[in-house]
Amino acid sequence: MPGADLKRLAEIARDCRVEIIRILTHAGSGHPGGSLSAIDLLTALYFGGFLRYDPKDPWWPERDRFILSKGHCVPALYVVLARIGYLSEAELPSLRKLGSRLQGHPYPGPPGERVPGIEAATGSLGQGLSIAIGMALAARMERRASRIFGMLGDGECQAGQVWEAAMAAPKVGGTRYCLDNLYVVVDRNGIQNDDFVDRTLSLDPLAAKWESFGWHVIEIADGHEMGAIVKGFRAALEVTGRPVVLIARTVKGKAVSFMENNPKWHGVAPKPREAVQAIREILGVGEAEWPAYLGRTPKVAAIVRELEALETR
Amino acid sequence: MPAKATRVAFGEALLELAATNTRIVVVNADLAKSTMTQKFAETYPDRAFNVGVAEANLIGMGAGLALSGWIPFICTFACFVIGRFETIRLSLAYSHANVKIVGTHAGLGIGEDGYSQMGMEDLTLARALPNLAIIQPADEVETKQAVAYAVDHDGPVYFRLTRQAVEPVSPSGYIFQFGKGAVLRRGSDVTILATGGPLSNCLKAAELLAADGLQAEVINIATLKPLDEELILRSVGKTGHVVTVEDHTIRGGLGGAVAELLSELLPTPLKRLGVEGFGESGDPKGLYARYGLDPDGIAQTVRKSLNR
Repeated sequence: MPGADLKRLAEIARDCRVEIIRILTHAGSGHPGGSLSAIDLLTALYFGGFLRYDPKDPWWPERDRFILSKGHCVPALYVVLARIGYLSEAELPSLRKLGSRLQGHPYPGPPGERVPGIEAATGSLGQGLSIAIGMALAARMERRASRIFGMLGDGECQAGQVWEAAMAAPKVGGTRYCLDNLYVVVDRNGIQNDDFVDRTLSLDPLAAKWESFGWHVIEIADGHEMGAIVKGFRAALEVTGRPVVLIARTVKGKAVSFMENNPKWHGVAPKPREAVQAIREILGVGEAEWPAYLGRTPKVAAIVRELEALETR
Repeated sequence: MPAKATRVAFGEALLELAATNTRIVVVNADLAKSTMTQKFAETYPDRAFNVGVAEANLIGMGAGLALSGWIPFICTFACFVIGRFETIRLSLAYSHANVKIVGTHAGLGIGEDGYSQMGMEDLTLARALPNLAIIQPADEVETKQAVAYAVDHDGPVYFRLTRQAVEPVSPSGYIFQFGKGAVLRRGSDVTILATGGPLSNCLKAAELLAADGLQAEVINIATLKPLDEELILRSVGKTGHVVTVEDHTIRGGLGGAVAELLSELLPTPLKRLGVEGFGESGDPKGLYARYGLDPDGIAQTVRKSLNR
């Protein structure tokens, strides 16, 4: 992938970060840390040409499916889906609000009112991979080219159902259906709800666990560096004969100094003042040049005004 | 017709339906033989999967298949599958996944294996989920029709089936209707609402009561959810007395559903007959007798509730 394209992906991820902070601040609650650790991976997946979908038809049968098993990080997904046009930009601030389609954790909606891009309900950790396997099997049974991508958290890998599913994926199709159309990304940010993963229940050796269950393992040393992510996804798509897991080292709360690697920011939304600082840091603007930057960047200035107006809530 | 386990009738029906409906898939969790879907797996190997002893994954995979347009029947013991309640709750029910959950080995009727394998609280849990239909057919004829219905029903269904053979109770020409109870015997003194395994005993109990001059109305509640409220209210309005009979805990199953309905709309003296403890090992007939689900026990409970 040419450098220009990698730069474009990084810019999209940066804009998505701003949007994540914005909608979480509107919501007043939610999970910034994991949304920010996952967004570069999601950006590469959706805008790097890996996940195949039709922006005009969310229900295109041949589409690839994405299952966000770490459902609490759905703000990151909503932002991406709005960027595609599946959701309206105007709808995003309704996240977690009464009457909104944008539930606090992924909800695909009732029949007849399905939410585009939300393929299944998740949010109780450990469940998404099983759903992805069912979808991967379905694609194989229909000789559909659809690929299934899932995303798990690392803390989530403590859940038993993950390993029921991990054990099944390479074998359950027997000799007939090989699930090498299944790709799992582990967002390994090292932090879970209570504390650091290693202080809660270490997963080491995580790669060896997946490997021993019959998966092809690809490790991405920096899950925020587009070149490394793209290289990882590329390599994954070339694997045949086995499902693939990509274990990506990430930083929880990435790009916001006071959130980075801090368990406190697993499930707390920023206050408006914190949000403005977060956005400034995401955009890489120093405090001194911030007013001038806002002066020449009306879109960001509007967001800042919008968030500052929430102060009085 | 000879007695037949509803799990056997289910296996036969599914095999037959799969010949014409190519969207039917079976997923097992190491109990294909016990859930009577082994034959399906041998006949349609391309549409049968076994996930091993992993019920949560069974449920999630079923949901994924359904969300891709297949009609998966996920089959294991009632207590094992509903035991993974939280996966059913989120991956399946809340996802509106068109999965047919098949729970065999309902209640005391499984006999010697004892409580660990008995579906005893499954109806209670299944009833709590908003869009999950619950069907517990009473005999072979009803099972076969109910399975055919469930294939076309757009939405998740929970089937509760017996391990033990059950005698036919449906009248000739019986047509299963989803959401409708079936009056198997008319009577004016008491309404017996029953589901699943004990139904034939309820009919025998009605005979015993008739000998004492008591006319019991026996109704088969095959669809527990949605409940046939209209039929129940009509019958109870006429008789003024209700006994519910189920091979299941008395907390929250058929007895619970009827108690909720009547306490809100038609307060009526009600006796819930079912299992109050854990259940235990024993021969199925002996267990039914010990827990009062045999004809004598049911008749006695009815007499007591009527002070007769």
